[in-house]
Amino acid sequence: MKFRGKIVDVACLNHFTRVVTTISKLTKTCVLRLTPDNLFFVLSGKVANGGVGMWCELSQANFFDEYQMEGVSPEDNEILLEVTPENLSRALKTVQNAKAVKVKLTKKHCPCLTIAAELPTLSSVSRVVTHDVPVDIVPRRLWHEFKEPIMPDFDVSVYLPPLKTMKSVVDRMKNLSNFLVIEANLNGQMNLKIETDLVSVTTHFKDLGNPPWGDDAASPSRESEAMAEARVDVRRLQQFLVGQQVNPSRAMCNIVHQGVVHLILLHEDVSLQYFIPAVA
Amino acid sequence: MDCVVTGGNVKVLAKAIHSLSRIGDELYVEPQEDGLPLRSVNSSRSAYACFLFAPLFFSRYTITSEEAFRCKIAIKSVQAVFRSLASLEKTVEKCHIELDRKKNRITFTLYCKHGLLKTHNLSFQDSESLQAVFDKDSYANVFRAQPRLLVDTVVHFPPSLEEVTVAVSDDRMWFRNHVDDEAELSKAMLTELCLASDEFDHFAVRAHSSVTFCLKELRGLLVFAESTGLPISMYFDEPGSPVVLSVTDSVLEGNFVLATLSDDPNHRKNNTRRAHTPPPPPPDDFMNDDIDSYLIAMDTSMAPGPSATGPPTPPLAEPTYSKQPVAASHRTRIHSEEEEEEEEDEPADSDGPPNKKFCSLFFGSVLPPSSQMSTQPVKSQVVLASDSEDDTQAE
Repeated sequence: MKFRGKIVDVACLNHFTRVVTTISKLTKTCVLRLTPDNLFFVLSGKVANGGVGMWCELSQANFFDEYQMEGVSPEDNEILLEVTPENLSRALKTVQNAKAVKVKLTKKHCPCLTIAAELPTLSSVSRVVTHDVPVDIVPRRLWHEFKEPIMPDFDVSVYLPPLKTMKSVVDRMKNLSNFLVIEANLNGQMNLKIETDLVSVTTHFKDLGNPPWGDDAASPSRESEAMAEARVDVRRLQQFLVGQQVNPSRAMCNIVHQGVVHLILLHEDVSLQYFIPAVA
Repeated sequence: MDCVVTGGNVKVLAKAIHSLSRIGDELYVEPQEDGLPLRSVNSSRSAYACFLFAPLFFSRYTITSEEAFRCKIAIKSVQAVFRSLASLEKTVEKCHIELDRKKNRITFTLYCKHGLLKTHNLSFQDSESLQAVFDKDSYANVFRAQPRLLVDTVVHFPPSLEEVTVAVSDDRMWFRNHVDDEAELSKAMLTELCLASDEFDHFAVRAHSSVTFCLKELRGLLVFAESTGLPISMYFDEPGSPVVLSVTDSVLEGNFVLATLSDDPNHRKNNTRRAHTPPPPPPDDFMNDDIDSYLIAMDTSMAPGPSATGPPTPPLAEPTYSKQPVAASHRTRIHSEEEEEEEEDEPADSDGPPNKKFCSLFFGSVLPPSSQMSTQPVKSQVVLASDSEDDTQAE
């Protein structure tokens, strides 16, 4: 089982660092899944996380100038590692001005992802800094937990309002209640609502537009005004919004009525999906 | 004592005080004919700093020829006088420092623009002299570098990092974060940075050694050096003897003396990765980074865990390291000017569990000759600088 990647381009390094930093804000630990073409950061929706799930997909060719891997076996040509993304983020942030950054799977005192960077110096010899981030190898018998999540059978799909706006609304709502209702309809409308004994607050978003999923998606007979809603823990939603550092090219929200909120962010070379289960 | 600091030197003085505040809570002042030293030490006596300002630093410097005067002041109070560095530069024209023996206070008067006068009266306490004794010429390894080099190095380590290990060979210097106990080793992120000798202004190694000291306390000096642009000199020897870092120019000299972890031969044997001088890194090719053997071992076990094919981990029977309270486990070395005391080293083949100890600094008590000079090393802190008045001090 081997992995070795090299990033030389400054913009790619910067972008990769920002992705890892975003992931680190979403979860303390997650699984990094390496395949010949892609990298995935996966958080499986277990009860321990409050049922939150995350799936982030990067195409390796968009970031790495060199990328070599050999998985567990030729049939299962993948590597799954449990990592603490904050460590990776910290290591990457300090080497933004490096000439080249290598990421390798190594065996030091335990399996590690080693980030080795060559820093520019005035002397003849490059300055080398290495960060060894300990990881845990995920055994094959557990791999089924980290498969690509199936698109839920949603009732409504709508484009999200600007994330910054949503974040400032949710930040204020968080002070008033622990739970928030997200509802949307096929008419491009979305509401964020909180309700307590003393006060109820609703923020209305209009003209958001609905992504065209095709006829086999949401039932065509659905009334365009009918709202699908889900009541979620407001901190989960806030956590999702806090981490976003770059404006995505597309941001969507699929709602399964009283089931789950499925948030999808698409950037040029990264896609991020986040699942927040509905609570009673 | 009566002195005046003018112009840009006010900011330098302020920066020195902020730097000292990173070490300890009290500022020791002991004006002398050859200059004004400002000193600070931390509570466990493992870090000491001194800025000595020559008379030429001041536009006026007078001390009374009475008996030597020393005192200590709460450093936070002094910091409050020089609070905002940015505005200091713009508004303060000079600073007058005056000692009032009768009222037991030092008065700092800031002469600002537009005729504004800010007067601060700070009470002091009498104190014993505080002075670490060290001889820079006796150190085996001497380095000097521009502050930028060290600042750029330190940035790779998290701000919360306590201890860093510095190792040298003939032409390289390594900085690594130091992880305390074996249990943490499997979870901790390990960072290592290698500097080549030609990045330094001066690089003289006579002993390949590695020392471990507290990084936090060093950052105060780095900030000072970077803002004043003065090169930093670094002196160290073998583990256990303190590392000295200093900045100098014609009118001031700053010295930071930090205790280092004393080396234990047993400890060294087990910790192969953290050997004194790391072996040259293995060739960086794809084939070398193979952990198939690990995987095989792991797949056959019930749950993932460290495999037997890993580097030899110390068996459980091996004594674990207890971090003894630093105060109790000082290895004191007292060098007085009169006598050289041989210190009793721990026998290398001791049967007891190896202890990690911070070597305390040497403190000469610069009092009139007293029986304290002949105190045995064993009496840890007794001879060290003033701690007798450590009860609550009026601000």
